[in-house]
Amino acid sequence: MTGEAVGLPLRASRWQVRARLLWRSWRESWALFSHNRVGLLGLGIIALFGLMALAHPVLIRTVWDPLIYDPVVGYSFDEVLQPAPPSARHLLGTDPLGRDILSQLMHSARAEFALGLMAALVTVLVGTAIGAVSAYYGGLIDALLMRMADIIVMMPTVSLLIVLGVLFDLNMYSLAIVIGIISGFGGTAIIIKSQALSLKVKPYIEAARVAGGSHRHIILVHIVPNLLPLAFLYMMFTVTAAIFSEAVLSFFGILNIRMSWGIMIHTAQNAGYLLGGTRYWWLLMPAGVSITLLCGSFYLVGRALDEVVNPRLRRR
Amino acid sequence: MVGYLLRRWAQMGVTFVAFLGLVFLLIQAQPGDYTQVYTLDPNIPPESRRAIAAAFGLDRPVWQQFFVYLGNFFRGDLGVSFEHYPRSVMSVIMERLPRTLILFLTATVIAFYLGFVLGKLIAWRRGRAVEYVFTISGVYLYTVFTPWFALVLMWLFAIKLDWLPVGKFITPELWVRSSVDSNYVFVRLLVTAAAGSALFLALAVLLSRLRVPRAGLVLAGAGAASCGLAVLGWGLSGYGPLALDIAEHIALPILVLTLISFAGTMLLTRNSMLETMREDYVFAARARGLPDNMVRDRYVARNALLPVVTSFVFSLAFAIDGGVITETIFSWPGMGLTLLNAAVVEDIPLAVGAFVFTGVFVLVAHLVADVLYAFLDPRIRYR
Repeated sequence: MTGEAVGLPLRASRWQVRARLLWRSWRESWALFSHNRVGLLGLGIIALFGLMALAHPVLIRTVWDPLIYDPVVGYSFDEVLQPAPPSARHLLGTDPLGRDILSQLMHSARAEFALGLMAALVTVLVGTAIGAVSAYYGGLIDALLMRMADIIVMMPTVSLLIVLGVLFDLNMYSLAIVIGIISGFGGTAIIIKSQALSLKVKPYIEAARVAGGSHRHIILVHIVPNLLPLAFLYMMFTVTAAIFSEAVLSFFGILNIRMSWGIMIHTAQNAGYLLGGTRYWWLLMPAGVSITLLCGSFYLVGRALDEVVNPRLRRR
Repeated sequence: MVGYLLRRWAQMGVTFVAFLGLVFLLIQAQPGDYTQVYTLDPNIPPESRRAIAAAFGLDRPVWQQFFVYLGNFFRGDLGVSFEHYPRSVMSVIMERLPRTLILFLTATVIAFYLGFVLGKLIAWRRGRAVEYVFTISGVYLYTVFTPWFALVLMWLFAIKLDWLPVGKFITPELWVRSSVDSNYVFVRLLVTAAAGSALFLALAVLLSRLRVPRAGLVLAGAGAASCGLAVLGWGLSGYGPLALDIAEHIALPILVLTLISFAGTMLLTRNSMLETMREDYVFAARARGLPDNMVRDRYVARNALLPVVTSFVFSLAFAIDGGVITETIFSWPGMGLTLLNAAVVEDIPLAVGAFVFTGVFVLVAHLVADVLYAFLDPRIRYR
């Protein structure tokens, strides 16, 4: 891609051209994305949770006394009965162990984002690498990698995670990596490979090869950047899967973590408040609604991105 | 077509052995082995421990253990459950399987039908309010935190309204006096459902071959007739109250499963419809002035059905897996609850056995999906 092709003076450096191209494609994608009201709704909700996650450390430093409001070891000394209903001091009440629910909720939001993003990054890394290598080299490497991807797709995820949780000691990080590998090496790799196959036969790849580019150079510079939009799309679905799996495993008490939305529901269950209905709504509703909203929002954004990336779904 | 299928099946066979290898690797990767339980007991001398290890075959090299494992697997021997000692893992699985199958087959069929109808609707009404309402509510139901959602529905229907029982799969008081166990009824319910659907499918194929006018109405009649026949048969068999008891317990889990899974089909149908709607023959059908409903149902929806059918077969397979959460919340003693319980009490043979068994199911579903796909889509056959 030279300066002339995009109508820029040749004096412009390569990076300026690239930055400008990137900005332009970003703007076009945003224009397509912002047409999708459902996707915008998802983005808004994600931003809201992001604010919550960011606000928690600030609140703990300034307004909230860590002795009372710490999400794991705090205890509300002002309340006589635990769990206490929502009040001015505890906007969402306290849990059966006397800890502030709002603080737990906000603290966990940060952990969920960290988990989701880490799983998504692993997915993109693994998925793009496997897909690109498999499509570029073909032959035996392709057959081996794709059969392995078949096996991973075949694995029932929830059951596999439960079995893994029993065999090994899973914490937030190892869970993120496991989920990232499962989704990256499985479905994502297969889809990215089919995209890479269509890239491989493009003339510019041939040109790069004739110009003497090494395999590594062609894969890294010419194929991988063109796969990233698709990989980014599957990142969103991985985030949903990661947050959901974490919540389910925490709810079953299989993970080795201290606080998350799943743990909050687990705590309510262990204390016997599961079927309390509306009477103890603050024990179940905030965490349950948060998991649902955040998972659903990432899914909505993913679907909206799907319409940006996949031209066959666009409006005429 | 036969060659294509044979090639696919051979690949699947290799894939499955590799899957077993991976599971075996997982078991090997955990520290220690089964005999470690006895190391804490000072009364067991080392030679006894060695004898136990030899009985389990743990003294042999790992690759030999793997081949023994493979051989045992194909003979249907998955080992002995620790929790249910001395029952074998296979007998525990066989006891739990019918309960899971009946719950999830029913829920999957209902969810797919609902999803397909709604997906057709929202693709056709793209950009209208109805699309937004169904997409948003569908996606949030799809990604809802299942345990919490199930609890909310359980609270609403079983406690607040008191229409349905809370959890469990039968009312023990009713069954104490009866001469049969629950699996007897479950298996027969499954057979009834299978026979009913086979009858219905045969009628549908027959009607489309004979080009009967007003086939839709006739088909609905046939469906009602086969349902009526089933109800009549159960009423006469004398086990009617028992079947009704199961139906009462199964209603709530089915409701939850349908609500959380229909959106997947709905969105898939929508995308598939949107892609089909761009085809030239749809344009031509519109240009010929055919009524809107006919273009939608006969031209677009039929061709958009392909990916939906495949995904249907896969979800039948994953039914066993997705069951873990729902079965746990509703204390439905099927495969999912078995897996989780085995995992929690560290009954590793049962947990791994249930897991591998799920893998078998997924494999079979892949094969069925391949056959179906090659049968439905001629473009695949001639590759």
